[in-house]
Amino acid sequence: MSKPGCARLRLFVAIVLACAALPVSASEGAATPSSFATLIKWLPLLLKGFAIDLGISVASMAIGTVLGAVVGVGQISSRAGVRRTSQWITQFFRNAPWLVLLFFCVLLLPYHFTVFGFSIPFPAWAKGIIGLALPVMGNVAEVVRGGIQSIPSGQWEAADALALSRSQTLRLVIFPQALKRMLPPWMNVYAVLMMATPLVSIVGVEDSVTVARSVLAAEGSPALLMPVYGLVLLLFFAYCAPIARCTRRLEARYAIA
Amino acid sequence: MQNANPIVDIRNVEKSFGANRVLRDVSLQVRRGEAVALIGPSGSGKSTLLRCINGLVQVDKGEVFAAGHAVHKLSTDAERIALRKDVSMVFQQYNLFPHLTVLQNLMLAPLEVLRQDRAEVEARAHQLLGKVRLQGKENAFPGQLSGGQQQRVAIARALAMRPSVMLFDEVTAALDPETVKEVLHTIRELVEEGMTSILVTHEMRFAREVAHHIHFTDRGVIVEHGDPATFFDNPQDPRTREFLSHVL
Repeated sequence: MSKPGCARLRLFVAIVLACAALPVSASEGAATPSSFATLIKWLPLLLKGFAIDLGISVASMAIGTVLGAVVGVGQISSRAGVRRTSQWITQFFRNAPWLVLLFFCVLLLPYHFTVFGFSIPFPAWAKGIIGLALPVMGNVAEVVRGGIQSIPSGQWEAADALALSRSQTLRLVIFPQALKRMLPPWMNVYAVLMMATPLVSIVGVEDSVTVARSVLAAEGSPALLMPVYGLVLLLFFAYCAPIARCTRRLEARYAIA
Repeated sequence: MQNANPIVDIRNVEKSFGANRVLRDVSLQVRRGEAVALIGPSGSGKSTLLRCINGLVQVDKGEVFAAGHAVHKLSTDAERIALRKDVSMVFQQYNLFPHLTVLQNLMLAPLEVLRQDRAEVEARAHQLLGKVRLQGKENAFPGQLSGGQQQRVAIARALAMRPSVMLFDEVTAALDPETVKEVLHTIRELVEEGMTSILVTHEMRFAREVAHHIHFTDRGVIVEHGDPATFFDNPQDPRTREFLSHVL
């Protein structure tokens, strides 16, 4: 357990160091020696942009998980209409390009709502959250369905024989067991979502990639291209890689149980 | 007087899975307090017949009455639930809930389905665990128990519903030989206390000792039935003789 863990950690550190060295050395050759200092100057702003990515990904994941749980349970409904509709929704949103869904949300949703005479603005980041929550919903629905169906049919039969209703069976017998099996693939969905979040920069959200572009425009030096985007890359990697590691460890643990 | 009316009455039941006719014109009666064993080769329809009694399998044709419920007419969840309060089942693979402790396994249905008082349910659960000789295992999880212990928990769980009929579906088939005994012992005690029991089993000696009546099924038909002594010592049908010559 500890030995491969250590090796993986060492590899991780090596990759991070290489990524950190890459922009610096690239900049030293072509640009002024102060490009590292430039990077430090803009770091707070880039971090702020990254925090926006983080916030959007968490919000999208939360909304997508709630909707996905509903649609996922709908996929195994005893009512054919509910089941077919849920399966259709799942397939549609799982197989649609994320960027296209994002464009649809941004272009089709209004800029502000009018409620009781008050005008409530509906900014780009909110649309971005919804746009990303849709594919998350599709993927989580599939995770939920798979988790439920991974429970042996004997559990349903036993619950049936004990006179539990279908909803009681789901709530008291199936879900408590399926939840831990759903956790690793659910975390996978989150990691994929986080890596897709910079798509919101295309629809005008001030995320890390938007900030990076502004920084490059402000500095006007092509030599900063690699360092700036390299830093963004590093931020995402440092955040997503541990999630992926944790997911793998959970998968290994639940594979035995 | 109460023995006159069968508590389980199966009349001319037919069941097919696709093109496979699993039950063909099967009739069977069980009186209150009686223990009936269903024996026969694998795939002869014994388990399906058992599942028709508590509605886990819906019959295609014929009538099934169990503990006052018309099982063949069940259509709503409420009707199915009402039936299963009276007819409990124990499975070959135990099917305990692995995320719940032994005590929680026993208490789940009485609390959630019957909505009985928690203190009363817990007291009964302890008493039932004593009955199957598993005192002290209240807080163990099923995964920590042997197969025989798990199966006895499953029997206690079925009894916790206070059913009037118990169905046993090859309950010793998945067990190690040394733990089969303890499970059979528990069932024997139940039968001696007068619990109406229908057992699908491959344990011929046990069937002979415990059951009041034996039914032999082959290819979806009840070929022969009778009291154990007659059935085992003087089988009439050639198929019964053939089967018994292989298993005895």
